[in-house]
Amino acid sequence: MSWETVIGLEVHVQLATQSKIFSGSSTAFGAEPNTQASAVDLAMPGTLPVPNEAAFKYAVMFGLAIDAEIGKESAFERKNYFYPDLPKGYQTTQLEKPIVGPGRVEIALDDGSTKDVRIHHAHLEEDAGKSLHEAFFGGESHGMSGIDLNRAGTPLIEVVTEPDMSNAAEAVAMAKKLHSIVTSLGICDGNMSQGSMRFDVNISVRRPGEPLGTRTETKNLNSFKFMEECIAREVQRQIDVIEDGGQVVQETRLYDGASKVSRSMRSKEEANDYRYFPCPDLLPVVIEDDYIEALRKTLPELPDARSTRFQSDYGLSAYDANLLSADATTASYFESAAQQSDAKLVANWMMGELAARLNAEEKEFADNPIAAEQLSALVARISDGTLSNKMARQVFDHLWTGESDVDAIIDKHGLKQVSDSGAIEALVDEVIANSPQQVDNYVKADEAKRPKMMGYFVGQIMKASKGQANPQQVNAVLAEKLAGLL
Amino acid sequence: MSIEQKDIAKVATLARLAISTEEIDDTTDRINKVLNLVDQLQAADTDSIAPMAHPLDAVQRLRADSVTETNNRDGFQAIAPATEDGLYLVPKVID
Amino acid sequence: MHTKTFPNTIAELAAGLRAGEFTSVELTQHYLDRIQQLDSQYNSFITVTPELALQQAAAADTRLAAGDAPLLCGIPIAHKDLFCTAGIKTSCGSKMLDNFVPPYSATIVENYQRDGAVMLGKLNMDEFAMGSSNENSFYGPAKNPWDTERVPGGSSGGSAAAVAAQLAVATTASDTGGSIRQPASLCGLTGIKPTYGRASRYGMVAFASSLDQAGVITRSAEDAAIMLNTLASYDPKDSTSIDREVPDYTTDLGDDLNGLKIGVPKEYFEAGLDADTEKAVRNALAEYEKLGAELVEITLPHTHLAVPAYYVIAPAEASANLSRFDGVRYGYRCEDPQDLMDLYTRSRAEGFGQEVKQRIMVGAYALSAGYYDAYYKKAQQVRRLIKKDFVDAFEKVDVIMGPTCPNPAFKLGEKTADPVAMYLEDIYTISTNLAGLPGMSIPAGFSSGLPVGLQITGNYFDEAHMLNIAHRFQQVTDWHKQMPAEVQS
Repeated sequence: MSWETVIGLEVHVQLATQSKIFSGSSTAFGAEPNTQASAVDLAMPGTLPVPNEAAFKYAVMFGLAIDAEIGKESAFERKNYFYPDLPKGYQTTQLEKPIVGPGRVEIALDDGSTKDVRIHHAHLEEDAGKSLHEAFFGGESHGMSGIDLNRAGTPLIEVVTEPDMSNAAEAVAMAKKLHSIVTSLGICDGNMSQGSMRFDVNISVRRPGEPLGTRTETKNLNSFKFMEECIAREVQRQIDVIEDGGQVVQETRLYDGASKVSRSMRSKEEANDYRYFPCPDLLPVVIEDDYIEALRKTLPELPDARSTRFQSDYGLSAYDANLLSADATTASYFESAAQQSDAKLVANWMMGELAARLNAEEKEFADNPIAAEQLSALVARISDGTLSNKMARQVFDHLWTGESDVDAIIDKHGLKQVSDSGAIEALVDEVIANSPQQVDNYVKADEAKRPKMMGYFVGQIMKASKGQANPQQVNAVLAEKLAGLL
Repeated sequence: MSIEQKDIAKVATLARLAISTEEIDDTTDRINKVLNLVDQLQAADTDSIAPMAHPLDAVQRLRADSVTETNNRDGFQAIAPATEDGLYLVPKVID
Repeated sequence: MHTKTFPNTIAELAAGLRAGEFTSVELTQHYLDRIQQLDSQYNSFITVTPELALQQAAAADTRLAAGDAPLLCGIPIAHKDLFCTAGIKTSCGSKMLDNFVPPYSATIVENYQRDGAVMLGKLNMDEFAMGSSNENSFYGPAKNPWDTERVPGGSSGGSAAAVAAQLAVATTASDTGGSIRQPASLCGLTGIKPTYGRASRYGMVAFASSLDQAGVITRSAEDAAIMLNTLASYDPKDSTSIDREVPDYTTDLGDDLNGLKIGVPKEYFEAGLDADTEKAVRNALAEYEKLGAELVEITLPHTHLAVPAYYVIAPAEASANLSRFDGVRYGYRCEDPQDLMDLYTRSRAEGFGQEVKQRIMVGAYALSAGYYDAYYKKAQQVRRLIKKDFVDAFEKVDVIMGPTCPNPAFKLGEKTADPVAMYLEDIYTISTNLAGLPGMSIPAGFSSGLPVGLQITGNYFDEAHMLNIAHRFQQVTDWHKQMPAEVQS
């Protein structure tokens, strides 16, 4: 009998503000532990939160991007629980009146169709700090954990979807689309490895037509690949449990991407009673219509609109346009590279050589060492015949390893293609003159065999030119000369 | 409403307060006195009355997004019970 | 021994400093000597800071000599020990913070530094401001200088005892449910809690954030006005602080009271009010009639629900506010914690006193699943009804008066067995906090030789008017000049 899978996402999006949501501490990633934790972030007695305007601005931008109602009066609640990475003993979050109400996001499916995923709401909240196992610091074995509160208070929006996804592919498409939206808006740097976006996946299975099954929540997935694997494994685990006559237990799970194993979180075993109540240190936040409209007018281009534009302005296929428009960094890279050179060729290089290389070295697009102008110059040299594809790949290698000027690389490494028709004619004449036997064979051969026999001459000519002769030109000149001998 | 000892124990856990068996009788008794007092609220007619979280009808001001804090880790950790390598130490955290 | 004698109000001392009759260093030394000699009787200070005080006094003298110094410059005051003072222990009356030396100061502490006031030290209080007798202090109770077998009131017991015993000219305090007005009443002093949002809460260790408000305890309304001029400020670091111009509270002190409409709530004179207290308050009201005021009987019909609503809302907020005391980043940490749970539960059980733990549990219970609507939400609804009572009353009257407390100072230990008996001490003061209104207590007579306070409740941001009303009373009465016999000699 078949099974249906029901998936909902809770997505934590770190907002790309300079300072924290309730204090003036920096949110920069990678600082020494606790050097970006102020008295407010450390929950020192008597300290008080003052909210950051940019966090609201970014949240409203997100709401506008997903056609959501904006909470014109939003409020903060305290969610009470004890954990060492939560200095106040409560998380300041939104429950009753979130900043972003119901909305929708369209995802493209593999079969070319689209699907709407409903957003239940998105709310603003503060991130927690980090607990580090003793192995990651000091080195001494004392059975203690270390707490770094640099991240505590980083603004987040938590986006909560309806359980509208029915397989891993849809969930991943949704996750990627959200990534695409927030990076296009510029409200999140989208850096998954640094935890800028983290996904909690709610999964349940049921027989068709039956009510929803018991769900589990797997927390803190920070890669699309892990998410896909985790969903596949969790769905199978739940089916196995039920088919073996058991019951799925409602629980919170952790997925280890390296070992591909998920397990129940011990810290969440105790039934929580979060005792939410309105935060008395903060007043209701009123968002005026004028403010919303002003933001709507200046909203950056969203991925869907950009994809349409890429198709019409640059003549890209829908597939290419979707890929290149998904992420703001990629899209703007493409556009700057395509300004001066053949857009389709730029697209091919980005999705071909560049993507393959990033993938091979497990790099994010942001880590790409080749500037858009360089890729543009490379493509221009292909278009104008200076570089063959093979030479272009060599130039690409040099760019990748740190050389930075396409023309200088061509000169330095002698990669210029010879396209001077006089020089090519001379080479052809020379090879014909030096190959009387082969010429004789060619002239005497069947018509049908001659094209194959041309290969010898081409090879000799390319050898004589040290590989730099333009092959198209060589072919054309050679064919003409040989025809003259018949 | 009155509260029983087992509920007191539950609330104490929720609030992370160790409570000894010697204390629990007296604590339960005192908390029940308070709950009897607050139960007077139940007689109030509050239909259609919106809850009031703040005494004043003020709205929240928002701060400009700029970094105004500088590192004072040493100052803060000078009064911490246990630190190492700039981290606050706690008994092992288990996820 | 210093032979000089000093007056005891800010107004007189400021004049004396400017006239060159004495220096701030002399004045400060005089107070430091008194603290050293006498405070063992009153236990009003948790920490005394003599060196810092004398440094500040010397700086004040320099500033005074240069002219144009603020009125408070060189005046020895002390802060309730819940206002953070950079580099000086801020205990909040708790073992939990017995080792806590904040690296920052409360905004109001900075305000007093800015104006040159000299800080003598930090004052005793009920732990985390929870209490009405100062008996919940980790440092032992402060004593009432009128009778050291009696309580000075709470939670700002040290703030009141220190002024009453002339160990500080004036003190800061805080009021969540009556913690300024009740001790001022019990110690024969003037105390004012301004409108919620008028003074910054930044750096004031929180008890119940939507109710807490800083204020002052002084010998006179005029002194209170001078102290409030410095205390009140808009603070961008406190989201609930109100961005509104601070008037000079001394300007209108002398205005006449002709036509003033005083609301007298009938609910404040019902069963439970001590007879001599009622008599003193009625006499004070009669005095106001002589000053040209009109008494109007009013009703605050939800008064009886104020204490119940408060004992849900305040503990609920406290239960979250006090979660940060977990033994991780500062404050008390238990010995040798076995695991994380042990660290939390033992640090908190050992670091907090009984009343604090009890209120945390009541608050956690009131917020917990299944009880939120019946307790917390209901209390918030009642809170709105209580506020509406006042809003309606202020349509008819300018100010509301009645007793501050149902009885004069009670004996140490008298009300510790039953928490509710202690809570009812604040029966007349609590609704002011729920509504966020400014409240004041001024001396109005005696009951069995112990001071009685008259409570003045004003409309929002009407502090200047309240101080004027109090000052005019003090011009025609001398209750506020009375001193405990022991202190006088």
